[in-house]
Amino acid sequence: MSLAAVLAESVTRPVFQDIGWLGKTTFYVVSTLAILVFAWGWWRRAAKYRRGRPAGRAGVLRAGLFGRPFAGVRRREDRSSVAAVAANSSIIRRDRGTGIAHLLIFWGFLTAFMATVILTVDYDIVRHLSRLITGHEASFFHGPFFLVYTFVVDTMGVALLAGLVYMGVRRGLRRPGQLDYTRAEQPEGGYSRGRLVAGDWVFLGLLLGILVTAYLLTGLRVLSQDLPWFTVFSPFGRLVADGLAGLGMTPAAAASVHTVVWWVHAALALGFVAYIPFSKAMHILIDGVNLLAHDRSATRRLPAPAPQKAGYSEIGDFTWKELLDLDACTKCGRCHDVCPARTAGAPLSPRDLILDLRQWVDTSAGGITLLDRETRTDATGPLSPNGHSGIAGRVVSARTLWSCTTCMHCVEVCPVGIEHVPTIVQLRRRLVDEGTMDPTLQTALQNLATQGNSFGKSARMRARWTRELETPIKDARKEPVKYLWFVGDYASFDDRLKVNSQTLARILAQAGVDFGILYEDEWNAGNDVRRVGEEGLYEMLAEHNIEVMRNAQFEEIFTTDPHSLNTLRNEYPERGAAYKVWHYTELLAHLIESGAIPVRPLGYKVTYHDPCYLARYNGVVEAPRRILAALGCELVEMGRNRADTFCCGAGGGRIWMDDSFLTERPSENRIREAVQLDVDNFIVSCPKDVTMYGDAVKTTGHEDRLRVRDITLLVSEAMVGPVDPPGALVRATA
Amino acid sequence: MSNDVLVLAERVGKQITDSTYELLGKARELADAWGGRAEVALFGPSEGAEQLGGADAVICIDHPALSDYVPEAYETALLHVLTQRAPRLLLLSNATVGLDLGAALSVRWDAPLAAYAVDLAVDGDALVATTQILGGKILAEVELGGSRAIATVVGGSLPPMTPAGSAEVVTLAPPAELDSSRMSVLQVFEPSGGDVDITAADMLVSIGRGIGSQDNLELAEELAQALGAPVSASRPIIDAGWMPKTRQVGKSGLKVKPKAYLAFGISGAPEHLEGMRSAELIIACNTDAKAPIFDVAHYGTTVDLFDLMPALAEKVKG
Amino acid sequence: MRIVVLMKAVPDLVEEIELTPEGNDIDREFLKFVLNEWDDQALEEALLVKEASGGEVVAVGLAGDADIDQSLYTAVAKGADSAVKVIGEATQTHERAALLAAYLRENPADLVLTGVQAPDDLDGQLAPMLAAHLGLPHVSVVVAVAVGEGAVVVRQEFAGGRSQEVSVKTPAVIGVQAARQTPRYAPISRIRQVMQSGALPEVAVAAEASGSGLRVRRMYEPEKTSHAHMLTGSADEVAEKIIELIRARGLVKG
Repeated sequence: MSLAAVLAESVTRPVFQDIGWLGKTTFYVVSTLAILVFAWGWWRRAAKYRRGRPAGRAGVLRAGLFGRPFAGVRRREDRSSVAAVAANSSIIRRDRGTGIAHLLIFWGFLTAFMATVILTVDYDIVRHLSRLITGHEASFFHGPFFLVYTFVVDTMGVALLAGLVYMGVRRGLRRPGQLDYTRAEQPEGGYSRGRLVAGDWVFLGLLLGILVTAYLLTGLRVLSQDLPWFTVFSPFGRLVADGLAGLGMTPAAAASVHTVVWWVHAALALGFVAYIPFSKAMHILIDGVNLLAHDRSATRRLPAPAPQKAGYSEIGDFTWKELLDLDACTKCGRCHDVCPARTAGAPLSPRDLILDLRQWVDTSAGGITLLDRETRTDATGPLSPNGHSGIAGRVVSARTLWSCTTCMHCVEVCPVGIEHVPTIVQLRRRLVDEGTMDPTLQTALQNLATQGNSFGKSARMRARWTRELETPIKDARKEPVKYLWFVGDYASFDDRLKVNSQTLARILAQAGVDFGILYEDEWNAGNDVRRVGEEGLYEMLAEHNIEVMRNAQFEEIFTTDPHSLNTLRNEYPERGAAYKVWHYTELLAHLIESGAIPVRPLGYKVTYHDPCYLARYNGVVEAPRRILAALGCELVEMGRNRADTFCCGAGGGRIWMDDSFLTERPSENRIREAVQLDVDNFIVSCPKDVTMYGDAVKTTGHEDRLRVRDITLLVSEAMVGPVDPPGALVRATA
Repeated sequence: MSNDVLVLAERVGKQITDSTYELLGKARELADAWGGRAEVALFGPSEGAEQLGGADAVICIDHPALSDYVPEAYETALLHVLTQRAPRLLLLSNATVGLDLGAALSVRWDAPLAAYAVDLAVDGDALVATTQILGGKILAEVELGGSRAIATVVGGSLPPMTPAGSAEVVTLAPPAELDSSRMSVLQVFEPSGGDVDITAADMLVSIGRGIGSQDNLELAEELAQALGAPVSASRPIIDAGWMPKTRQVGKSGLKVKPKAYLAFGISGAPEHLEGMRSAELIIACNTDAKAPIFDVAHYGTTVDLFDLMPALAEKVKG
Repeated sequence: MRIVVLMKAVPDLVEEIELTPEGNDIDREFLKFVLNEWDDQALEEALLVKEASGGEVVAVGLAGDADIDQSLYTAVAKGADSAVKVIGEATQTHERAALLAAYLRENPADLVLTGVQAPDDLDGQLAPMLAAHLGLPHVSVVVAVAVGEGAVVVRQEFAGGRSQEVSVKTPAVIGVQAARQTPRYAPISRIRQVMQSGALPEVAVAAEASGSGLRVRRMYEPEKTSHAHMLTGSADEVAEKIIELIRARGLVKG
């Protein structure tokens, strides 16, 4: 092969081989129509997003495009970058196989798309422009460029094919549970999600059809041209040609079949273009944007209610990002899989919630979806008629909304940046405004409003647990302290937790830590009140605490309760109370490592449960592990640990609601996981966990095999050194 | 002014109620102390007068307006009796009738009223009532000054009197005001038959607010079935409409006296305690160790009822 | 139809009640006051009546009641059309009835609803006393109110599960035991909105002096005569003990 031959203009391929002018005209008319339909479809969708409120995400988007270029590529961060989108990081992170398959499809498809664009630029633009300008047609679609183009397109096509086949086999044969579309909430009148399934297969089938016909086309053309030398640059197309020839096809026959296949390919490709905005395929364009506009911190620091509104009741209440979230969902089912409510048999599945809202918004706002929709015999759920109110309660049932523990696992695992939890809270705000709630929750809220705690106990009893201490705890309202200990409701009022709080107080006193509490002026921090959707009460509680903290003298805060920690650390600053906020495990780890708390090894075999609000929300995962290591405990991790921890079921106000309807409480599920590990201690670092898991070991009958203990008790047990005041240390082994 | 003590008789059907006898016993005691008479006012058809043997006199007024309990008519008639007989003390039950009439007559007859009385005693010249206020948290000893007084007495706090002999019957002419009534009874609802009679059961599985939600009634039903006992409940459960009124234990419901009373998630408001404290064996389950139910229960536990009920049911089924 | 709901602030029973040094009254100084729970029921019933038959609901409290503002604002947040404070102070129901009767004489209502009782109304309940002052018909222990032509039909409850439906000509005073549904929740943001919309109007009334004629000699906490024997252990262990107890009485076979 000579260089001249390579450079020859003949090294190319015809664009419209044997199509003729009528065919060409038809093709251009149909193409134009397809593009018009495509544009119209997107215009409809865009009009829908524009009905949403401003989301305040312009800065996030800008940072995603131009900020830290590799944000979110290697580990989960609050925000994503273009590189993370291009690397499919969010998909690969929690499911390598599927993620890589998607990456192949992603780049294969992008290549095919770019190939078409290049061809169009050459054939429809460069060719015509050059004739107009210079008088004779120019083209760059030949020679070395053509060979590289051909090679890239041909090999990337195989990548695409491999990805598609993997996905097809996964969906059709392996059928992982997360792709089962059975609803978590069964509507009375029945429902069918057959069209959703059809939508998936049509999507996959169309891509596969386009790809297969493309290879067939290449093969037929190569064969019809009598296998010119340079077609080795389309190795797989050439393989098809060789195969066809091997089957006895003549170049002439190939030429005539080529025309037919050409039309089939064109029809599929143009059909697909027109189909995109009306189907699952829309995620191709939406999800990159959605990821770039995603901000995980919005779950940690909830957005305020829409102005002049108590929660969401109509489409216009949603922000554009929240509306985009709905369309971004590809039904991958990761949220469905990890959701503690769904696992426990509650009617909530984050996937169903998003799909129901999407379908309802689409129907109400005139969006058009051809296949990907649920069908029902009655106008319920996502098929509810459009109205001024009733999204919360009708489109998504109140029971479903109340099932959420706000554990954030859905947001954490979503590969496309959907923020389920803030949307759920916005809808709950509506339920609270209407007074639609469990009587037990109503009682808790009323107690919080009158006494500042959910127990319905007198506010004056808050510090009663301190009475039995030998050394009184300083009153941070009256004297300056280094640390303000924000104790939290459970650690203050629950009789079962009194011992833990007292023990922590004694450890800190012995370690010489200068700390104080706010006594009866500490009110519930409001984290869960806010997540219940009672924003007004949250404001009241926060304002009270902030006022009290302003009048107290301290440098930093530590808290026993991860829920309080979350709102103190992330939400109070917006209200003018920006303090350094620690979790007590961070403080203990520091004290042990600095030698302030001398410890001896305990040698227990333990597992550790990460509280959602500590680990997933706030990334505090190492401090408790450092403590356990320092105490000489062998830590056996549960499969679901750190940011992937499994919720105990108490968060988001669930602890104030009835959970007896669940088939398996999340806490029981978790204990069953831990029992498999053959450890003797189940270590927790959240007061609510002590009660939740203390109950769960009993109800699952594992009381004698697994002891649920707060990490404080381990530290206390391991402490050596200065003489213990009589009865000071609660012997956890007793 | 006299030294007499007047009791208003209440009837269910033709039967004089227990609370009337409780009041009558106290009326007898006080009248004896003062050297006065114990009298009973009986309105409507005079049936029942013969059951009031322990009184010195039964004062009857009959009028069509008094055939049912019409609060207004009863008030008119009772005020008439008070004016005519001028007793030193009027005793009423601290239940619906007493709640209707006591406070109104305190104004209209111009006499001090001691509500929620659990006992009355004569101390020299003074009449002293012990009353229960603030949800039973506080007892108050109050002196009823003046020459006339009213007390409404909490049912079950006094021993009932056993009627003996027969009382003089004095029939008064009905006052004219009874003819012009602003009130009429449209319909009377007896406790619906058909449902089980919780007052006749040997054992009751009783539930309160702690049960949380209506769905959880199943737990109680299951246990009750295993034990062969009916389910009863405290007021909040009935008010929420989760169980029929016929299952309500308490002052405003039914008084029960089973051989065993198992209380789950009941904190023990006075209203409830009044209805079950005389059960032979009371076992209470409540997570709040300070719940007042434990003051009347013989055995108690703070185990979660959601764990205890299924555990019990399972063990009973064997 | 003008419906007046009378609201009273009472000591929050979750607080430890302390007595004055003289021991003849409760110490109110550090007590927390909340709305009388039966008044909350009365308000709910009034709102249900309004929803069913229209009308205007006015919540009325005494300016002298500690923390009454909160309850009145809450009433408005729940759906009352307005709230009013009557100037005056009353520790006894007799004084309260006289003040509120004076208010109602000047501002008549078609229907007055209030709680059938309050935890601290030692000298009697408000509804009948008020009705006696005003010469109005009254019914207590009511669990449902429906509005008819010139009358209301109320359901009055008795012990033993009996009840009756009584037709009462209006104006009338009703002592509510329970509303037909659990009192609704008022979101704090709505209560705050109401608070921001202005102070509660106060009305001065000319009431006759009135006293209960009672003299409290002393108050004391009831002695706990007994306490349950507590069963401890796991649910299974406790269940086992309970079964033994009832089995010993021959109530369970086996």
